[in-house]
Amino acid sequence: MSQAVRVITLNMDGRDISARGDQTILQVARENNMYIPTLCHITGLSRVGSCRLCLVEIKGINKLLPACVTRVEEGMEVKLSSERLDKYRRSILELLFSERNHVCAVCVSNGHCELQNLAQKLNMTHVHFDYRYPRLPVDGSHERFVLDHNRCILCTRCVRVCDEIEGAHTWDMLGRGVNAQVITDLNQPWGDSETCTGCGKCINVCPTGALVEKGKSVREMTKQRQFLPYLTLMRERRW
Amino acid sequence: MSKARVATLWLDGCSGCHMSLLDMDERLLELAGKIDVVFSPLVDQKEFPENVDVALVEGAVSSDEDLEKIRKVRARSRLLVSLGDCAVTANIPSMRNPFTVKDVLDRAYVENVSLNPGAPKTDVPTLLAKARPIHEFVNVDVYVPGCPPSADTIYSVLTDLLEGKCPDLSSKTRFGA
Repeated sequence: MSQAVRVITLNMDGRDISARGDQTILQVARENNMYIPTLCHITGLSRVGSCRLCLVEIKGINKLLPACVTRVEEGMEVKLSSERLDKYRRSILELLFSERNHVCAVCVSNGHCELQNLAQKLNMTHVHFDYRYPRLPVDGSHERFVLDHNRCILCTRCVRVCDEIEGAHTWDMLGRGVNAQVITDLNQPWGDSETCTGCGKCINVCPTGALVEKGKSVREMTKQRQFLPYLTLMRERRW
Repeated sequence: MSKARVATLWLDGCSGCHMSLLDMDERLLELAGKIDVVFSPLVDQKEFPENVDVALVEGAVSSDEDLEKIRKVRARSRLLVSLGDCAVTANIPSMRNPFTVKDVLDRAYVENVSLNPGAPKTDVPTLLAKARPIHEFVNVDVYVPGCPPSADTIYSVLTDLLEGKCPDLSSKTRFGA
């Protein structure tokens, strides 16, 4: 522990909690078995705070802040869930469902999907927004893997794991807003990629059925995440 | 006590939700003592009746006929239940939505057909531009996701509604279940 890091006390949902000053609200909540929903966050990769599911209320601050990138502070009073937060979190999920074509019933990740699980956990009964039904391609050019843009939520986990852990940086983002999409190399077919090592890390961190192994049928695609904490430790030379 | 008047409707779906309903097995006998099925693909009744207590609707709204039916059902039912993923999300019927109706009909009736190619133009309902979930057209009171929702789920929805309770389904079913 560096000299700058000190132990602080804060209050989360009415509980007084001690934490290190360099921790995020999300880290402290998880250490204390308190639930905050997340989607773009995955332990072992850099934090981008883009999905906004982990927004929390902090006393004295007008706007909601993402727990995954907000440091704890002395005397902070944090609300991890409230009627307002629940409503916003459900709206975020509904927007994700309406943005592309997530048809759970025929998805290879059905039953193992973080988006689907969150919809159930946060009591999302239906989508209040009109679905967009965009026409999006599926890239099946890779020998072993498939990219289905219909099921991508743009969490960028694939981009981060490929860059930060595998060191290949095959994945990146193209376009902005509703036109944004993940690409391989310079927006070339995945199968033609000269940088992809075929390691499969992107497949396993993908929260939905957007990145999957070829040949899987409905419900068959389960993701293996065990490698990530080990590789992160090795990278930090704490092995 | 008079029996509750229950109706079931089959729009753009595979009838799997109705199969799941029948899959309640002996519980159907118990329910038969409490409900009258006044309209359903399972009974011989041509016109959707007035004063329905609970309408269970399977399927997405995909054609002008579906739209006419769901408006009539809403007007004549106290509680409307979106039963299954097609009713709640448009699910598999919505997979045609990124394409035009003409492209979809051509694929089915022209491109892969050798005998009398051409989409039927009379005696069948006209497809809407997109298959959409029921709540985009009429108010829905209860959402029951699942593809299909299990017999246990449907049983608990029906018994809760008959007892005047609002069903809590978060632990029983989900999209794609």
